[in-house]
Amino acid sequence: MSDLVADKVNMVFNTKGGGTVHALKDISFTLKEGELLSVLGPSGCGKTTLLNIIAGFNRPTGGSFYLGDEEISGPGLNRGMVFQQGALFEWLTVAENVNFGLRMKGSNKKETAKKVEEWLEIVGLQGFGNTPTYQLSGGMQQRVALARCLINDPDLILMDEPLGALDALTREKMQTLVLKIWKETGKTIMIITHSVEEALLLGERLFVMAPRPGRLHKEYRLPFAEEGLTTDPREIKNSEHFTQVREEILTMIWDMEEEIMGKTDAA
Amino acid sequence: MIVGTLFIVLICLLIGSIIYGRRLVKTEVTDAVFGNPTRALGGWHWIVAGVSSILIIWLYFSWDAGRAFFPKAANELCQVAKLNRTANPIRSAFPLEDRLLRGTALLQRDYGQIDLLEMKLANTNFDDGDRTELKSIITEMRTTLSAQADPKLIAPDTAGKLEGITKRINDLARNLADDGYPAEPDPTREEALKQPGWGETSTEIPVMPITDLGYKFAKASEVMDGISKDFGKIRNNGEAITGKLEALKARYTGFEIDDSEGEEITAQRKELVKQIEKIYRRIDDGKIFPSAMTQSVEDALINLDEVKKSEQGSLRLIDLLALPGGDIQAGNRACSEQGSGRWLPKPSDTLKTFTRMADPEVGFKNIPLLWYEMKPVGEVFEILIPDWIADLVPGEYPRHNDEGTVLTNFKNKVYNFATGNYDSMMIPVPIGHIWDSMMRVLAGLFFGIILGVPLGLYMGLSRFAKGFFDPLIELYRPIPPLAWAPLILTIFGIQDDGKIFLLFMVAFAIMVVSARTGATGTQLSKVHAAHSLGASKFQIIRKVILPNSLPEILTGIRISIGVCWGTLVAAEMLAGTTGIGFVENVARKQSDYEIIWMTILLLGLLGLMFDLIMRFIIHRTIPWRGKG
Repeated sequence: MSDLVADKVNMVFNTKGGGTVHALKDISFTLKEGELLSVLGPSGCGKTTLLNIIAGFNRPTGGSFYLGDEEISGPGLNRGMVFQQGALFEWLTVAENVNFGLRMKGSNKKETAKKVEEWLEIVGLQGFGNTPTYQLSGGMQQRVALARCLINDPDLILMDEPLGALDALTREKMQTLVLKIWKETGKTIMIITHSVEEALLLGERLFVMAPRPGRLHKEYRLPFAEEGLTTDPREIKNSEHFTQVREEILTMIWDMEEEIMGKTDAA
Repeated sequence: MIVGTLFIVLICLLIGSIIYGRRLVKTEVTDAVFGNPTRALGGWHWIVAGVSSILIIWLYFSWDAGRAFFPKAANELCQVAKLNRTANPIRSAFPLEDRLLRGTALLQRDYGQIDLLEMKLANTNFDDGDRTELKSIITEMRTTLSAQADPKLIAPDTAGKLEGITKRINDLARNLADDGYPAEPDPTREEALKQPGWGETSTEIPVMPITDLGYKFAKASEVMDGISKDFGKIRNNGEAITGKLEALKARYTGFEIDDSEGEEITAQRKELVKQIEKIYRRIDDGKIFPSAMTQSVEDALINLDEVKKSEQGSLRLIDLLALPGGDIQAGNRACSEQGSGRWLPKPSDTLKTFTRMADPEVGFKNIPLLWYEMKPVGEVFEILIPDWIADLVPGEYPRHNDEGTVLTNFKNKVYNFATGNYDSMMIPVPIGHIWDSMMRVLAGLFFGIILGVPLGLYMGLSRFAKGFFDPLIELYRPIPPLAWAPLILTIFGIQDDGKIFLLFMVAFAIMVVSARTGATGTQLSKVHAAHSLGASKFQIIRKVILPNSLPEILTGIRISIGVCWGTLVAAEMLAGTTGIGFVENVARKQSDYEIIWMTILLLGLLGLMFDLIMRFIIHRTIPWRGKG
């Protein structure tokens, strides 16, 4: 029983000029264990701030997050994070990156090595254990990042635009991989993305956020992630329902962007 | 022989690599556009050309190549130089190397002095009587001076003596041109051939002639020596002139100094008379002759010069082309190289000096350059155990009893152990000038890294540390390290600790700055990732920030080594009794160019070695640099 509960979270930044920016306003939601959530929104709506607070890198100015019974007050092993550029330690090999968390805990070396093998196989990198990470392609680096995060068996996996820097083909493969991992491990996953299609496909639940102040604008419950486990994602993307929701959300975001632009013009 | 062959091989290599390079440019079609940096890749043949050029220039201008091809040239040129030297006293009286005839120059100078004196007299407060008297003495001095140039006043035997000199010079020139001169063979030839060769001793060039041509010039120089001496004795002292001089002397010695007008004017008068006497002595030398009288001597010398040139023949070409940038000059007893042949040591001689000094028995000032010594283990590692641990042992150090015996106790044993004063196995330990210099650099660097890197990382991560230590480091960092040297050497003494501290200061500042730059440049996402993977603060520094800063830290170490190396040599020159800088400084005091150059080359090679090692380490430890 480790649901993620947001209780009226607020985040206000002080700017250098002396003003304040309301990055997040009264965010409240509950993410049940095993749910797959994607968060979408125009740039500057506080998606990454939200994720950083859940990860424990930042502290909110008001309200708090609870994971299970615990209030989140800093980074912890119960929340794993995958970053946009992978954020791999390029001075280490693939295996050393993957077992980083276990090594920090001082786990048994043999067990660690076995786990690393398992996870490298799951993400499709068997035999790459001794390869230096700087020699890997972008897609492979993200696979390493995934394995590095998952090997610690976190309750909640946070992904900050994890596929943003990949080419379209690799991206599709990785989306399938994420779905596969979600299905096989049953983890709670929260993905931030700026791609509407990705958000629809990788979101059992989908939050659309609005900017200024950052807030939850609309929530969807979608069937595509479940479908994606059995069907080819490309077929899903061509289905009528998918197209319809995509257009609806795109229009919504367009309107938000225009609103911002208008505001900027008026100022 | 070896040097000669090497010289020819080097020239062939240079020409060969240039031709190869030209042909490569013509055949290479790909990437043939100017501005493409890949065009700078490869090119080992240009390395050959560059190295060959350096060696050719060195061999050529140090006269090593010249010596290899013309081993006797220096000896012959030495004999020619002897003739030049012995002819010098007589030549200097004529406008051969100078612009003016010596008589003309003397007249010009003395007239000038007399004019100056006249001006001084006009500015004094003497009474009219004195002034008129002194003025007339000065006027008479001028006429006496000019009288020496008068051909009518010259004594007949003086003219005869000058003619004799002319004849003797002409005879010498005729002899020099004669193939049969000197008539008898060189009596000292056998002895001369046994002399040490060119460059084998510190006198450099064998003095006694070893060829017939050389003997001819040596003999001529002896004759010339006699002529020069006799010419020096000739003076323009005919009766007419000596009479004038005596009259002048009588006048100024007879001048009575009136001391009634106060001390200042009396002093002025005394001074004036003193100066008159000074000029009189110069005129009395009698070295001014009527200019036409000495013309024949001058002509004879010019003739001799021409004979000398033609007699030297190919030797002059050798002097000009094979021994460039200077010439060989004769002194009283020895001949020496002047110019680049002197201050640019010959590669073969430098190598010989190095080989000699590399012998641990010889070394420099009884210390080998690089060797080893057997030392007890205890003494070597004594420095690792602080002496004060003995003080912590309970009890007291032993005192002598009434019988005068000193018993040892446990505390004393610990002390002996800490100071290395116990029997232990002997192990070889490196010693020598090179080792000492290297150890100082490495020790300074070691402390600089050990203390500088943590502080630098701390400053990169903490607002307090950055603000607190920044002024301190930024204030002392720009000061040239050598500016500290006098202070530090005074405080710490001339032994190793002062120099190591100086080098520590140099390395410390560089390491702090580079480690700080490295820490500041850490990507936030990597730190975040480490946090979410459960790393502690220490683990983040050790496993993320330190490796991430390695490129900057290693570059800092590379820079530190270079700067430390330079500072060390200068510090060793200031004070110390070992080290490469010390060797160079002593060699400087003795003007030993070979050792100076040897130390310079040694420093260059050691610096290069350090840099190559660092490059290798950088290549091996941070292959990800620029690819992250």
